[in-house]
This record gives sequence, C-alpha cells and structure tokens, in this order.
Amino acid sequence: MRPWDSLESALRAIASNKLRSMLTMLGVVIGVGSVICMVGIGEGTKRKSIENIEIMGSNMLLVFPNWRRGGMSMGSEAGMQLRDDDIAALKREVPLIKEITGSVRRNGMAKFRSNTHSTQVYGAEPQVKYIRNMVKMVEGEWYDEEDEALARQVAVLGFTVWDELFHGENAVGSTVRINGQNFEVVGVVDYKGGSGMWNPDDQIYIPLKTAKTRLMGKTTLDMIQLQASRTDLMAITQQQVEDTLMKSRKSAMGEPLFRVMNQGEMIEQIQTQTRLLSILLAGIASVSLLVGGIGIMNIMLVSVTERTREIGLRKAIGAKRGTILSQFLLESVVMCLVGGILGILIGSASIFYIAGLFQVPPEINTAGVVTAFGFSAMVGLFFGIYPAMRASRLQPIEALRHE
Amino acid sequence: MKPIIEVRDLAKDYTMGDMIVHALRDVSLTISEGEFVAVMGPSGSGKSTFMNVVGCLDRPTRGQFLLHGQDVANMNDNELADIRNKYIGFVFQQFNLLPRTSALKNVELPLIYAGTRNRHEVAAKALERVGLGQRMHHKPNELSGGQQQRVAIARAIVTDPVVIFGDEPTGNLDSRTSEEIMALFQELNEQGKTIVLVTHEEEIAHHCKRIVRFRDGRVVNDDPVHDRIRATDVLASMPDADAVEYAPKTAAHA
Repeated sequence: MRPWDSLESALRAIASNKLRSMLTMLGVVIGVGSVICMVGIGEGTKRKSIENIEIMGSNMLLVFPNWRRGGMSMGSEAGMQLRDDDIAALKREVPLIKEITGSVRRNGMAKFRSNTHSTQVYGAEPQVKYIRNMVKMVEGEWYDEEDEALARQVAVLGFTVWDELFHGENAVGSTVRINGQNFEVVGVVDYKGGSGMWNPDDQIYIPLKTAKTRLMGKTTLDMIQLQASRTDLMAITQQQVEDTLMKSRKSAMGEPLFRVMNQGEMIEQIQTQTRLLSILLAGIASVSLLVGGIGIMNIMLVSVTERTREIGLRKAIGAKRGTILSQFLLESVVMCLVGGILGILIGSASIFYIAGLFQVPPEINTAGVVTAFGFSAMVGLFFGIYPAMRASRLQPIEALRHE
Repeated sequence: MKPIIEVRDLAKDYTMGDMIVHALRDVSLTISEGEFVAVMGPSGSGKSTFMNVVGCLDRPTRGQFLLHGQDVANMNDNELADIRNKYIGFVFQQFNLLPRTSALKNVELPLIYAGTRNRHEVAAKALERVGLGQRMHHKPNELSGGQQQRVAIARAIVTDPVVIFGDEPTGNLDSRTSEEIMALFQELNEQGKTIVLVTHEEEIAHHCKRIVRFRDGRVVNDDPVHDRIRATDVLASMPDADAVEYAPKTAAHA
C-alpha cells in the first residue's frame, strides 16, 4: 500500500463521519488553542513588562531600602531608611553619576472641576526628567530648581492623568486639587506608553521638597534614582554606589541595608516571574491537550469496535497487520493535526482578543506554534497506537463474524 | 487439469475450555482448475472451518495444504495476507462492502493492497464484467442487495485470483436475485474460474458441478452433479425479468 493511498483512506474515514470526527478533534482544538493562547499571553506580558522598564530611562540605577534583608519589623527603624545625606554622599563620592534624585511616592486623588482621577503622586527633584527620560512635553515645562528650593505647589501631569482630568484641553495654568491641596499645573509630559503599577503616564510629578513637607509629611526617601554618565561603566558606577552607601548603611551584622538595582536586574527579575507564569499557564493548557488526547483514544477504540467487520474484510482481501496499524494510526494523527491547525488558528485569534482585554501586546510565539503542532501529532501517535494495535491484531475470521 | 487446492489429512482442532473440538478430522480433497464445487453440511459439520482454512483465513492444526502448488500450511500472517490478496477472491453472505464508499472504490480495495497501478481501469473492467458498468459511482446504500453482491463479486475477481470462495453468497437474497447471482457464478466458471461455494441450500448446490458433503469434520460424500440447474434457464422461466434488478432495496445495507 502506497503512502498516498493510506492518507486518502484516512481522510475518507474521517470525512465519512464528520460530526464525530469534529467532536473528537474539538478536544485537541481546545488543547492546542489554549496552549498557543496562554504562551502568547505570557510572552506578551513579558515583553510589555520589559518595555515598561526600558521606557523608564537609560543607564538608570535604583536604590531601595533593603526590606527583604531587614525584615518588615525593622523597616521603620533608623538606619534602614534612605536620607538626603545619602544623596549628598553619593554626589560627593561617585563622579560617574550624571543625575541623581531622591523620591517619595503616595497614592493620591486628583481633582479638576468635576473630574477626578485616582493616581500616584511622585515627589522628585526636577532632574528626574532626565533620569526617567521625560523631557518631551505636550505643553508647558518641568518645574525648576527654584520651585524645588521654595517647595512651591506646582505639578507636572503624566499623559493619562492629563487626559482623564482635562480631556485633552490646555492644562498649564489651571489648578488641580491633589489630596485636598491646590497645585498649579506647569507642564504635561508626552505619552510614554507604559502600563501597570509603575506606569509613568499615570503619575503626577511634584517637587520633592513639596511632597515631603507639604503633602506627605515624610522625612525620609522611598527611593534614590540615578543616571550613570557612561553605559559601559554601569557596573563600576553600581559598585561605587554600593561602596559609598556601605559606609553608613549597614546592619550590625555588616549586611547592607539598601539594595541597588539596575535595569538589567529588573528585566531579569521580570523574566523569571513571567517565565514561571508562562510555564504555569502552558501547564494548565497542556492538561486540556491531554484530555483531548484521551478523547481521541476513546473515539478510536469505539471506531475500531464499530469497524471490526471492515477490518476483517480488509484483512481477508489482503491487508497486512502493518497496513491496518498504519491506517488507524494515520487516522488518529490526521485528526490531531487537523485539530492542531484549527487550534493554532483559534488560539492565535484569541490572543488578539485577550491581549486587548489585558492591554498587553499580542505576541504569537513561533516556537510555541511549532511545538503545539508537533505535540498534537505526538498526541495522535501516542493515543492512537493502542486502538490501532487492537485493530491490527484482530483475526480475520472472528472480525468477519462480528455483528 | 491443474490442481488448485490439494489437502491431505487436514485437521483443525479448537480448544474450548478443557475440551478439544475436532472441527476437521483428516480431510483429503483435491479441487482442480475450472471446477465449481458446492461444500455442504449441517452446522457444526466443519464446512465453514474447511472454508476458512482453504481460504487462508485460518491455519490447519495438522496436515498438508497446497494452494496452487504452494505450501501455505505453515505461512505467517503477512504471507497469508499476500496469498489471500493474490490467489483468492471472497464473496460473503453479508456482502461486506465499505459503507459510504462508491462501488468503484470498493472494487479497487484489493488492488490498493496489491499496489497495482491503473487501478481505476482494472476495477471498472471488473464491474463491467458483473454487469454494473453503469453504476460504478453508486454507494452501497444506493444499490439493491443483488447489485451489492455483484460489487462484491467484482471485488473478488478484480485481482484475477485462482479461486473464488463464496460463503453462502445467496443467503441474504430473494430467489430471483439468488438465481441472477448463480447465473453470474456459472458464467464466470464457464470463463474458466475455479469456484467453491459453501451453502446449505440443495437448490443452490445443484447449480454447481460437484458437491462435497461434510459431517462431523469429515467428508462423507463427494459426487459430481448430474441434474445440474442452469440459472439462465430458470431466469427465463420467471416472470417480469427486469422488475427486481434495478429496484434499490433500502433494507439491504452492508
């Protein structure tokens, strides 16, 4: 029997019972579709998270209090918190720093006339615009050194905040209420395309001193952000920052009470997290593929029983054991492959839909598609082999006598 | 005449629990080229077992069996499959056509396993030979019982086998259609085909040239037929000759 004849006979058998074949395939369609979709969503989330970090700025280092090592109970203790004198020390000791600012954050409710928007208020010195690469403005300018020094109640709006409060109209010169205090809008930052917790578009920037003294009543810093002057000297810069801070900020055990992160580390961290997420999602989806495979096996077993007489006849007129085996195996593989193709199409389509819901870029992972396709063929082989063996082992006389 | 089937001391035992059933006991028989043999006997006589063994669907327990000069008694499953494909044609009581598959495709099936090229032409010729040249693309459920059996006969002769076995081939057909099928068998036999039919109907057996009777696993009687029935004569004496032939019977599915 030639290969083309085998394929033709498999297609004929599948087509001769369309409804059942389709229902059988459905398991594989859903399995492959969800694998494709889940992996795609995972990849999209990962790419979006990395983009979010990349649009933060370049050559950036972040210094946090080391909550993890200190433990929550120590968080409020002296020595744990970052202070203004840390910045002074860094400015003095690390010449590779180009720009540096401390910052504080707090959730805030912004109000302009009847429009309100819940957002994050971000207190930082004006050079934050260089560090976070937010120089491009829709209108107005950033607050300056003088506003900072005098702790003036001025604010720069992120794009989303501006859009929510002003619906695209001129904002500079207007007064917004933030947590009950009046601030004069001096500028609006252009769209950056961020998302999630740290979305630079969904923030209000105010001078650091204003934030600390007037709005939040803080004396310490939540974070220090700095920009290194040279990309190729990032590692040395980070080392010098750590060395400088170690002089004053270490525990009794000699461990650092701060943590310096560069963007590479942040990206790595995100990748680890999303990789875990992807594996989890793909794992869940694989279970449905497995269930689909069992469905295939079930139907193939029914089909072998139903077609016992046919198998007997085929054997009587010259089909060998291997011929019958490959016929049934091919039927199950073809069903799985067709199901796999449908699953890839449906999965890819739903990536676009779900990506829209979660606001992550749709990402169709070629490797994922190829793997899912190969995997569905494997499912067909694996779950088809037992029914096919049963068919091939039937004795022609008994099979022909079967009612 | 050249012997097609030569069996010497052929025996077939079945084990059923603790009992051994001797389905065939030392059967010796020769069927030569051009013969038309009816195998008869009550149920349990061993006629079906004999048929299965000489049809290479089953292996004998003991004894010698030459088919067309080849020793097939000790062949393995795959070798037997080849023998069945090349040397034997089967016609069953239940027709055993593939459903939802055209007559032509059904007849092509043995050729697919044989790996024959120009299958369409060969299969179409076989269908013309059984008088179904006009209905090649009909599916079994669109054909009458007699027509379905003709398709099965076309499938049996398409590989040009040395012997055709019929297992109660008229068992599911009315008397007129049975007569038509027997006329076809007689015609094929006149063209030189060796045919062996298993039947329990005396009338059908008397269309053949020789009757072998089985009882308790042995051949008890082996005689030529003297008062042979010619199916064409019977058909000529029957009224409304064409009424049944082209009326599809929905009840007759394979």
